[in-house]
This record gives sequence, structure tokens and C-alpha cells, in this order.
Amino acid sequence: MKKYKYSEITPEQIYNKRRKFIKSIGLGVGSISLNTFPFFGNAYSQNKTDLTTYQDITTYNNYYEFGTGKRDPFINSKEFKTKPWNVTIEGEVDSPISISAEEIISLLPSEERIYKLRCVEGWSMVIPWMGFSLSKLLNKVSIKNSAKFVEFESIYDPEQMKGQRYPVLNWPYKEGLRIDEAMHPLATVVTGLYRKPLPNQNGAPLRIFLPWKYGFKSAKAIVKIKLVKKIPTSSWMRSSPREYGFYSNVNPNVSHPRWSQATERIIGEGILSPRIETEMFNGYGDEVANLYSGMDLKKNF
Amino acid sequence: MNVKKYIKVTIFFLSLLPILIIFYQIIYNQLGPEPVKEITHVTGNWTLRFIIITLAMTPLKKLTKLNFWIRYRRMFGLFVFFYASAHMMTYVGIDYRFDWSSISDDIVKKKFIFAGFLAWLLLLPLALTSSKKMIRLLKDKWKKLHRLIYITSLLGIIHYLWLVKVVTAEPLIYLMIIIILLILRIKLKTN
Repeated sequence: MKKYKYSEITPEQIYNKRRKFIKSIGLGVGSISLNTFPFFGNAYSQNKTDLTTYQDITTYNNYYEFGTGKRDPFINSKEFKTKPWNVTIEGEVDSPISISAEEIISLLPSEERIYKLRCVEGWSMVIPWMGFSLSKLLNKVSIKNSAKFVEFESIYDPEQMKGQRYPVLNWPYKEGLRIDEAMHPLATVVTGLYRKPLPNQNGAPLRIFLPWKYGFKSAKAIVKIKLVKKIPTSSWMRSSPREYGFYSNVNPNVSHPRWSQATERIIGEGILSPRIETEMFNGYGDEVANLYSGMDLKKNF
Repeated sequence: MNVKKYIKVTIFFLSLLPILIIFYQIIYNQLGPEPVKEITHVTGNWTLRFIIITLAMTPLKKLTKLNFWIRYRRMFGLFVFFYASAHMMTYVGIDYRFDWSSISDDIVKKKFIFAGFLAWLLLLPLALTSSKKMIRLLKDKWKKLHRLIYITSLLGIIHYLWLVKVVTAEPLIYLMIIIILLILRIKLKTN
């Protein structure tokens, strides 16, 4: 098993910054600001700044289109075709467009974005994604004032995705955001990870990633982005509206009806490492909390 | 040692195999990215499987008219308790580090944990009264007491069904087998 050391994949400068960050924690000084990666900006007191290994990120996935087992996506997505691939942006826009994934990737340069992923099941990973802000893609069209929400639709192809042959969820997978959430710089279109093209099991060729929300909000293999007037119903909301709300922001104070969200396990840490406390907005509160000011997050879960 | 003894010892070691495999996997780091969850799932699954095996002994005896099956019932029943306890200890000790406030909060508020805990609790008196001496002591009451396993088996399945995000085949297969076994019991009794 090849373990990727942080130094192997991170520019030296950032690597050194990180060393400093860890040192600062060791000295009990929690306030250091690394604006490059919002995740590091938070004084995340335990040793959780280590990246999850490439192997764990690519073999432990929730991607029900390829099966409900954690390893199923790795096993069943090997032959998945991501070329040709078109993404349409439509709905409340002046003129809808259809653009190929390759074009998007070459048009909008990707940068490394290290974000923490918190799954609704109570585990987390730290992933060095490659990607760019979703707003850049949305700015390719002129959005009408009537657009209040964004709906993401993933591919429907039961021939290639055997999980879609069963009504586990309402296919195709749908997710949604409020327009201001979608325009937030942390809302990311992911094109790769560990400086490599995005593996199929992680949502190739293009997926969304929203670091402050539970993982299921980040739709994979997207083919359609639709600007809409009304709040969209996501696949999980349809499956169980009591358990999965539209916002699904990471929130340790609002437990899932069936399990607590107060703590989480770090993937790849072995059986001896304890759970860690889950942070509000997954630690990205400084960046995103203002999107929800005045809202009752217990009601709007 | 006669043949009966050999069979019993063999079954005993076979029943221990799942936990031995877990120990092996812990030592050789083969439990995957989320080892605690994996241990929890494997021990939970084997609890249900041993419940099914235990519940199958009486119908098998009646169907085959062989007393042979009943000899292993107690041992299988104790393995139910063994794997259920390993399952619970993984949750209490390894996962939550004996953080009693979180654990008691979960038991009270989260129905799937409540069902699982109750199922384990109901196994306790059965394990404690499993000896031959207790069977003699309790006489008719023993039989009545040990009917608790029917409730435990259903609670175990409910525990599983309430846990999963989407209903998959596995808990439903367990549920079907247990229902068939319970119906079989009622039928064979009335015949």
C-alpha cells in the first residue's frame, strides 16, 4: 500500500506553512490564518490536518449508482465512460448552453483545494481536490433574476451504472442549492484529486463539492445544472424528507433522526484513534455562516 | 473422545472463526479505511446469523426426526450472546471509549440503538440460565424464559433495519428467514 506523504503532493511553501501551523498548535497558539485553504484557517486542534490517503479516498465511497457497498464504486466504475460528456446549463437563463466536460476543464483552470469531507454517516476525510469555484462556471451563462435555486442532475445510465437498476434512490440523482450558496467561492466544481484526473468512483468527469455540507449534497458525474425558481427536491429529500433536509449543513447540534452528528471518525486512522468532535459547518463557519444569518438551522436542517 | 465430542469441538472452533478472523485482520491491518465500523458490522452480522442457526435447531430436529440437532442448540445460543456482546463492546468500548454520557444519550434518543441494547439485555438472562443446573432448577419456567429469544431475534432485525440509510437485501433476507423459522415452529407444534 503506497502512502502519500503530504510533502510529496504539496508545494514546499504550503508544506512549510503547515509545519508552522502544527507547531503553533503545539505551542497552544491557535490563531494562525492560512487563507489559501479555509480548512487550515480553523484552529482544528487535533492532528487532523493529514491528508487521507489516495487509496482510502478512491476505495471508500458512497456512490449508490455503482452499488451501496463502500467498495462497490471502486469495483463497478472501472469501465465507466466519461467521454464524450456534455453538461447543460439551462432553466432561468437567457440562453441555455451545452458544453463538454473537456472544454470546461480546459477553459476554467483548476487549482488544488484541500477540503474536509464530512459524511452524514459520521466519518470524514481530508481530500486534496482539484477544481474551481462553481460561480465561474455559472457565469458562463447570464442568469435571470427569477432564478433562486440551482438544481444539479447526475447522469442516468443504468447500462453502465448497475446500482441504478434498482430503485434504491430516485434516479437520476438530484441535488440543489440556493443561488447564493452556489455562488459562494467555496462551492467547487471538482475536476481531479491528488493532482490527477478525477477517478470514476469519485464522480468523474465533473462533480460538485461543498465542504460545509454533508457529503451527499455534492452531486457526482453531473450532466445538468438547472437554474430554477422554486426549491428543488433532492433525491435524498424524496427518499426520506424527515432525515435529509434541503440545506444539510454539517451541524453537530442537529442530530440525524436516527443517529447523533456530534462526533465523527477520521478515515484511515485505525482502531485506536478516538472520534473527534464535529464542527459547525464542518469548520468553514467563518466563510459560510453569513449565508444563514437569521435562519433557524434546526428547522432548516 | 467419541465422535459426538469431535463434532462438538469442531463446531465450537468453527463458531469462533469469525472473531479469530477479525483479530487476524486487526493485526494485519486488513479491515479497510474504517476498521471500527467494519468490526461493528461483522460482529453484528454474526450475531444475527447465530440467532438464525440457533432458531433452526428445533425445527430441524422435528423435520428430520433426529435428536442430533438439539445437542448444539445451547452452544449456538451462547455464541449469539458472545457475538452480541462483542458487537456491543465494539460500540461502547472501541467506538465511544466508554463515553457514558454520549452512549446513554444515544440509547434513550436513538431508536435503533435502543432496540439493539434491549436485544442484548434480553439475552442476558438466557445466557445466565443456560447451564444444565439452571434448566433443572427452573423446570417449566426455563422454557418460558427462553422464548425471549423470539423477541430478541425480531429486535435484532429491527435494529438492523432502523440503522440502514436505504433498505438493502441483507436485513430483509435475515427477516424473512427468521419469520419462516418462527412460523415453522408454530406449525410443527400444532401438528
